[in-house]
Amino acid sequence: MIETEELRFAYPSSPEVLLGIDLTINDGEFVAIMGENGAGKTTLVKTFNGLLMPTVGKVKVDGLDTREASVARLSRDVGLVFQNPDHQLFSETVKEELAFSLRNFGYDEETIQRRVTSILETLDLSRYAESSPFILSGGERKRVALAAVLVWNPKHIILDEPTIGQDYQQKDRLRNFIVQLNTQGKTVIIITHDVEFVAECKPRIVLLSRGKVIGDRPAEELLSDEPLLDKASLTRPQIGALMHELREFGLPESAIDVYSAQQAILHSLGRRK
Amino acid sequence: MSLKVFDGFKFAKLPTPIHNMDPRAKFIMTIGLFVAALLFSNIYALIVIFLIQLPIVYAAKTWRKWASSMRAGLLLATLIFVMNFVFGSTIVFSAAMTLRFLSLMSAFSLFFMTTSPDDLGLALEQAHVPYTLSFTFTTAVRLVPTMALDAQTVIDAQRSRGLELDKGNFMKRIRNYIPILIPLIVSAIRRSIELAEALESRGFGASPNRKPLIVLRMKSTDYLVGVATLLMLALAVYVYLFIPLPTPSIPITMPKIFPWL
Repeated sequence: MIETEELRFAYPSSPEVLLGIDLTINDGEFVAIMGENGAGKTTLVKTFNGLLMPTVGKVKVDGLDTREASVARLSRDVGLVFQNPDHQLFSETVKEELAFSLRNFGYDEETIQRRVTSILETLDLSRYAESSPFILSGGERKRVALAAVLVWNPKHIILDEPTIGQDYQQKDRLRNFIVQLNTQGKTVIIITHDVEFVAECKPRIVLLSRGKVIGDRPAEELLSDEPLLDKASLTRPQIGALMHELREFGLPESAIDVYSAQQAILHSLGRRK
Repeated sequence: MSLKVFDGFKFAKLPTPIHNMDPRAKFIMTIGLFVAALLFSNIYALIVIFLIQLPIVYAAKTWRKWASSMRAGLLLATLIFVMNFVFGSTIVFSAAMTLRFLSLMSAFSLFFMTTSPDDLGLALEQAHVPYTLSFTFTTAVRLVPTMALDAQTVIDAQRSRGLELDKGNFMKRIRNYIPILIPLIVSAIRRSIELAEALESRGFGASPNRKPLIVLRMKSTDYLVGVATLLMLALAVYVYLFIPLPTPSIPITMPKIFPWL
């Protein structure tokens, strides 16, 4: 469980970025942190693995105060995938890149080889095992960066803007993969502006604006609350916008993805017949 | 790893006489300090060169940033001191070399903190440096804070993967920086290629005869600073050549670890 109590944070010589955040993310939850640029989303998740320490308040990961543990210790449980893969890739081969963190965490060579092989297969990267990560495409590098974190099997996984630079099919695969991770009991936290992606995944949404939580509700409710979305410079997903336009025909505005919209429309048509 | 050192090289516009000086006058002053610091290895002379900069830092109202960059440079300064001392130099000479490093760092920090990249570019152009070269130089200066941010992100990313920079012996600690340096260099190269392509797409270099909108003009105070710097430099050369400076004697030496040195 990740908890924040009255969390406030300011970068040196800058105004406060986080203005008293109280948040509890339970084990196995799927949470999307959304909000306008500069709302404090990335800053917030950087406090979860101790990269940033609260200026006021507390952050606890599974009961452990982040002030009392090193980043390396906290990272074993909290895997953070950064937005730009180029900020972390450095090895000669993809295989070595994936082994890097396992070596840091002190795993033996046999376990390292086993885990690397397994994650390469899971993320469809086996054919690049001996390739340099620098010659891969943007989407592939992003997958390597994701694999480089999943390889040590952290309990909580945070993905910062995972859909940027991904084509539609890759996004679909990513969504299925994230849902699968969540089904396996992992806590999944994503930071994103991509309302369409969130509408398809339907997680709990924590909406940030100017360093404060302004909404914390299921996706179906929050993504159909236009005034609240406006405050965080977001818009409804397209299906949600369509259902909003059709609300006078008795269709629910909370249907924000293709499947639930289809069900609602079929139900409505059936009723009319 | 602290990246505060970069703050001490970042320009911020302030209404001070130092900021308002012509960049060429400031450049002469910086080069004067640079030459003087390299000229002397006597500790008293280097103390004077270091102290002479303090009123300028104060007048430029950059005291805090200067102090923070000096603090950030202390690690390297300590390394210089220790290496000199370990390899057989006297304690006074080791301290002098450390002070030389701090004086050089302070002089350049002062120059970059008080000179805008735009003014620097104009000064280079007016000195008939080809525009492509002056643009490259000013862009490099401008990108320092961006690179510092990138460096911090890379450090955060690798620490999140269990890298502990301060762990292990001296050689291990140096090796720990490889996962930081490679992504940083790669992203800098990618950024420079993107920047070059963006510039070319926007017609960079299309017109061979550029005329600057603003023309820098030296004021009387700028000339005064330039002349004063040259005079002080001449004095420094005279002292160096003809006046033997005393050296304090502190009888502390490192036992010979490397007898062949």
